Amino acid sequence: MYQTPVRRKRKVIKNPYLPELVTITKIIDETPNIKSYQVIFNDPERMKNFSFQPGQVGQLSVFGVGESTFVINSPPTRMEYLQFSVMKAGEVTSAIHELYVGDQIGLRAPLGNWFPYEMMKGKKILFIGGGIGLAPLRTLILFMLDNRDDYGDITIIYGARTPPDLCYKKDLKEWESRSDIELILTVDNEYPGWDKRIGFVPTVLNEVAPSPDNTVAITCGPPIMIKFVLEGLAKLKFQDDHIITTLERRMKCGIGICGRCNIGTKYVCKDGPVFSLAQLKELPPE
Amino acid sequence: MAEIGFIPKDRLRDFLETVNKTIPVYVPCCEGDVVLFRRYAVDNVLCLDRPAHTPPKTIIFPQSECLFTFRFEKDPHDPKKTTIQLAEPEEPSEAIIFAARPCDAKGFTIYDRVYIDTDMPDPYYKKRREKTTIVTMVCPSPSPGCFCTAVGGSPANREGADVMMTELENGYVLESLTEKGKALLLYQYVEDGQAFREAAEAKQLEVKNLVHAPFQKEGVYNISKTIFNSDEFWETEIDKCISCGACTYLCPTCYCFNITDEHAITRGERLRNWDACMFFHFTLEASGHNPRPTKYQRFKNRVGHKFLYYPEKYDGVIACCGCGRCIRHCPVSVDIREIVAHLQSSTSDVSNTSEKEKKGD
Repeated sequence: MYQTPVRRKRKVIKNPYLPELVTITKIIDETPNIKSYQVIFNDPERMKNFSFQPGQVGQLSVFGVGESTFVINSPPTRMEYLQFSVMKAGEVTSAIHELYVGDQIGLRAPLGNWFPYEMMKGKKILFIGGGIGLAPLRTLILFMLDNRDDYGDITIIYGARTPPDLCYKKDLKEWESRSDIELILTVDNEYPGWDKRIGFVPTVLNEVAPSPDNTVAITCGPPIMIKFVLEGLAKLKFQDDHIITTLERRMKCGIGICGRCNIGTKYVCKDGPVFSLAQLKELPPE
Repeated sequence: MAEIGFIPKDRLRDFLETVNKTIPVYVPCCEGDVVLFRRYAVDNVLCLDRPAHTPPKTIIFPQSECLFTFRFEKDPHDPKKTTIQLAEPEEPSEAIIFAARPCDAKGFTIYDRVYIDTDMPDPYYKKRREKTTIVTMVCPSPSPGCFCTAVGGSPANREGADVMMTELENGYVLESLTEKGKALLLYQYVEDGQAFREAAEAKQLEVKNLVHAPFQKEGVYNISKTIFNSDEFWETEIDKCISCGACTYLCPTCYCFNITDEHAITRGERLRNWDACMFFHFTLEASGHNPRPTKYQRFKNRVGHKFLYYPEKYDGVIACCGCGRCIRHCPVSVDIREIVAHLQSSTSDVSNTSEKEKKGD
């Protein structure tokens, strides 16, 4: 018979719903509707002890408005601050866009799982991103650049609607100038002054047609882009377990309890957000 | 071993009165035609002969509760600076749920696996659960829509209970099942119940046969994944559903919630409120994308969660206690028993996946 687990050994448990206070140290305008926020913990000790893995997320709180989930897009190899990029879309993100340097917000982090970077060692890496979907990829790209010798060639295919909608322009410029990264940029339509590729990301992927040999593909972007990128990668004969994506769902608790972000038995907030295509195929179609 | 007490019928109120003086006791009460769990009071009308309309889950998992409060404070020296103070709510007090039904108590065990038995337990639920003593009453007669025996329960099921109470002609036999339960038997008006042990056991056996299982076939429980994943099945099956959410709010095992902030000027609180997977907004993202935009997808998730996903995660345990409230109170008569029966009705064309097979692969 099932015994209620209330008589377990008691230990002091941290309240997973209670955010820690952080202060905004820098705000970067990425695109007309995306801003990046660099934050540090108010408690300097916590800043020193804090650790996370590339791909893990955090819940940012604007007290009085609510919480939303964002990936920590600065890498764990650069711990002077934690960076989050916020696209103005709903109530919480609008409230975050109203904030200034020096303002305090709440943070619950790290939550969720992370990119299987151990498995990627010694392999070629193909990043495919769209719009703000570059945020989680940025963490891993910077992490790999900081451990450059562990990984093979890095190719990045990144697109947005228009050139001003491309995120992390400073990073893009740097990556473009590096000889150990191939950066392919695209925008949806022609645009004055744009001399690079034109077309949707999945189309560009087909054109570039990267080889699946010893290569891991990591993709993130709007759901419709991910759908066609996954199809494109399958056509290019990438193995299901070498295709990694990060999913987005509405999340509240962040610890796999509140029930809204599940796909079958898996909770995106806790069991994800990083899944391989092989793992996704085991879940009920949704 | 279990200790056995007995409370004569005419002493029940005295007993409740006494306990209630030290620990709040929640009892099923008649309020008009409705039976609800209320804090014991001298003038409330006890109702033990039928299940309460709402389960007692609200006593351990309130419909709305404060997770913490926050306060903004201006820096007296620098008017541009504001600091934030967070404070957790006070510890919950002890409580006793008296005369819950075995299905209601089982509901909490479904919660426990998700809220307590995890690497990140929910402190609010955990504390209340630990401080609450649950007295379940052996179900004297099933109500329309009851199907506890089909989901691993029974009218005399002990799961989740601290004390098992059996009603006899002249009084109530109380059997303690946990330490918390033992403590309750020490109160005044509880007599020694050894003499009634056999009568209670006989009664428990008798009621076990009263509820028939509408879908377990020979003890085996199979859901066809082919039917489950067919959109047509769900579209037809729950065409009439109006997404009102009554089934989830009245369900002893439904545990989804939402988190919202309420605030005025310099202070406020973060609240947790019951939410329901039947609502369009439950999964709606700020971008406008909604992974479960139609009611049939939402209903599929509800049934899937209870009869497929949860059992897959937790050793085949079904996340339904068979209380039948969702059937009795559905305004358009959606019947989950029929749906589950249909999900396993066709056996020839499908690869049935029993929980055991699943674990094997």
